[in-house]
Amino acid sequence: MAEQIALEITRYSPERDKTPSMEEFEVPLRKEWVVLDALNYIKDKVDGSLSFRWSCRMGVCGSCGMMVNGEPKLTCATFLNDYAPGPIRVEPLKNFPVMRDLIVEISDFLAKLSKVKPWLIRKKEKPISEGEYLQTPEELDSYRQFSMCINCLLCYAACPVYGLDPLFAGPAALALAQRYNMDSRDEGKSERLDVLSQHDGIWGCTFVGECTQVCPKHVDPAGAIQQYKLTAAQEWVKSLLMPWGGK
Amino acid sequence: MLDLSSHDVLLVGGGAAGLRAAIAVAEINPNLSVAVVSKVYPMRSHTVSAEGGAAGVARQDDSLDEHAYDTISGGDWLPDQDAVEGFVKEAPQELMRLEHWGCPWNREPDGRVAVRPFGGMKKERTWFAADKTGFHLLHTLFQTSLKYNAVARYDEFYATRLLADDGQVQGVVSIELASGKVQAITAKAVILCTGGCGRVFPFTTNAAIKTGDGMALAYRAGAPLKDMEFVQYHPTGLPFTGILITEAARAEGGYMLNKDGYRYLQDYNLGKPHPQPVLRSMELGPRDRLSQAFVKEYEKGRTIEGPYGAVVHLDLRHLGEKKINAKLPFVRELCLKYENLDPVKELIPVRPVVHYMMGGVHTDPDGATPLKGLYAAGEAACVSINGANRLGSNSLTECLVFGARAGRAAAQFASVQRAPERHLLAQAVDEEARLQDRFLQKSGGRERLSNIRDEMQQTMEQSAGIYRSRESLEQAAEKLSELQERFQDAGLDDRSHAFNTELIAALELSCMLDVAESIIHSALHRTESRGAHQRTDFPVRDDEKFLAHSLVTRCPDGTPEVTYAPVTITRWPPAERVYGK
Repeated sequence: MAEQIALEITRYSPERDKTPSMEEFEVPLRKEWVVLDALNYIKDKVDGSLSFRWSCRMGVCGSCGMMVNGEPKLTCATFLNDYAPGPIRVEPLKNFPVMRDLIVEISDFLAKLSKVKPWLIRKKEKPISEGEYLQTPEELDSYRQFSMCINCLLCYAACPVYGLDPLFAGPAALALAQRYNMDSRDEGKSERLDVLSQHDGIWGCTFVGECTQVCPKHVDPAGAIQQYKLTAAQEWVKSLLMPWGGK
Repeated sequence: MLDLSSHDVLLVGGGAAGLRAAIAVAEINPNLSVAVVSKVYPMRSHTVSAEGGAAGVARQDDSLDEHAYDTISGGDWLPDQDAVEGFVKEAPQELMRLEHWGCPWNREPDGRVAVRPFGGMKKERTWFAADKTGFHLLHTLFQTSLKYNAVARYDEFYATRLLADDGQVQGVVSIELASGKVQAITAKAVILCTGGCGRVFPFTTNAAIKTGDGMALAYRAGAPLKDMEFVQYHPTGLPFTGILITEAARAEGGYMLNKDGYRYLQDYNLGKPHPQPVLRSMELGPRDRLSQAFVKEYEKGRTIEGPYGAVVHLDLRHLGEKKINAKLPFVRELCLKYENLDPVKELIPVRPVVHYMMGGVHTDPDGATPLKGLYAAGEAACVSINGANRLGSNSLTECLVFGARAGRAAAQFASVQRAPERHLLAQAVDEEARLQDRFLQKSGGRERLSNIRDEMQQTMEQSAGIYRSRESLEQAAEKLSELQERFQDAGLDDRSHAFNTELIAALELSCMLDVAESIIHSALHRTESRGAHQRTDFPVRDDEKFLAHSLVTRCPDGTPEVTYAPVTITRWPPAERVYGK
């Protein structure tokens, strides 16, 4: 028989269970298998009721984030071999309510995303027929990193502030706000600042940097938040000096 | 208990086509209520995986006619030329609109949007955002959609059937995944933007969600599926995972090599090898021809045997680290992660992989299907601009152009319709009872879903792959009827309501079985070879009989019936497809 590895997986059904529990499964240890392959093996061959989200299996749709041995990971990009001989503990993403097994409720993030106005804001729209808003490669590079967020929410699972203060907008939403603030085509910075300067905005972040460490796409939300704080502080000073509106 | 909600226009699917359509509705008439029903959060949709780019004429040396000609010849003269002419005309506007919405397109030093070459295209006209174009396009659309208050969303709702009143489509029955509750969502118009069905095959670039749901919903409601026999194999997928290595890798100058390190495409009527990429030549030939060349190389014993079957090599080493990092960072990331190799220094093993369905729900150039009130756009639809073989970078643009068109057409239609009547609810009650009887309350049920799914996928690969024959297709037809029967005996481990992903998997499998049958029967009837449909027993194109779209309709007893409709020719009479000249 081929080599096996054990997975300890969180099980929870709101219709059946008061609290989550752990269940152990054995799966073949194949070198090309990621944790998600093991979960699919279990679902297909052993227990069809195991529930989890997944889709692209190439690290870009952002569906399959889970805690693997206590760390937030994209399970489609986390190889079993790196955890041999096991066991591997697979749990739902931390800091979110659990809906079923490995599936968490993320509507809080969606609400926060909308709040930071993650779209291009222009005082005056240019007609399509007049062509593009010019943007040099350097201008593109200044925000490109922040545009790489796949909304996988690993950063929320890692964020100690979000864990304690659910009103905190959180790393991904703030990085995306900054993505638009830094975009040379955008004119909506002050609108976003108004939303973000409040208590539940950026001041909550203590710059522990866990978000940046776990980000699978190297977005660096912690860096975005620091940039943001600086701008917000400058705007605040400006508003004191020029109360008639020096923005 | 059943829930009921109502809208004017309902989108099923939240990828590029669905979101573009939703925004189009909101813009044309902000008083209309528009909703997006999607089985995943919209930013998880498979558009996210598209890599290389989106085609639209952008430069002085290019023209709409050239884009049209490339598309029509690329599609082996099966595209409808009126649809293609409309498509190439609106393509640049749609891509520019995405620029205005913030899409981070790559730029020239002077700040203009940059374009790159692509397979089968005679000019550089592919707009790109590094090699994550689909990702950026989808997130730009999704984030932009958030500013339209008129756009309501049903995230993680799975549509199980269309509601119809006297032949007019008026909404869907859906399951709210979180609770398992069955909900009727009525609407004056429904647009299917559910993508393709690559998952009917075992080895595909397609995400798990690509199970042909919208195609099956339309087919079951009586709408014909068009040109389903045309299945695109992308020539460069990573073995085992099927992860796509974008055509942009070849557009930037990558070589295809056989086991002797020889650029074998020169043996397949695709031109002569040059060190620099030549448009419409060699590695920049169309996908169907490149995938067919792989099979021929395999038959000659010139491929490399890998642990997951034969491969050839994609060589990017001569491009250098700087270019690879600038233009193909995702290719490098994927190779490092999933193949443990660095394309800067090493050859990438690749093989053809199922990628795209040229076929889909039969629509006119405004996205309208023959069923009143039902529209479709994107990969789920077949207008057709792709004909027998889609050109790379036409599909993202297609989602935008025809998503917008379907949105506008559906909005206009909805504006003059009366609200659906409450008696539709009876259909939803029936559907809820069916789901209970067939799956959740069913006793017995000996078949495992995964066994039926695996056998279906193997059957499709063996019988309806790059080359097909009557014999292989007849075997597949028989096997699929057997699987349909066995599916009736499927049993679920999961009988609960909250997030029952196994129930959804069962419903998806049922869609895939129907769509697989439509592919096989369409392929069986087309006794010629054209584009991606290659019959070993009928190796040449037969314009006399088959310059025609196949339409497959479901008979009352469930069997597929195939008929044909003419292709619209405007200015480009059928000719030989010539590459490398």
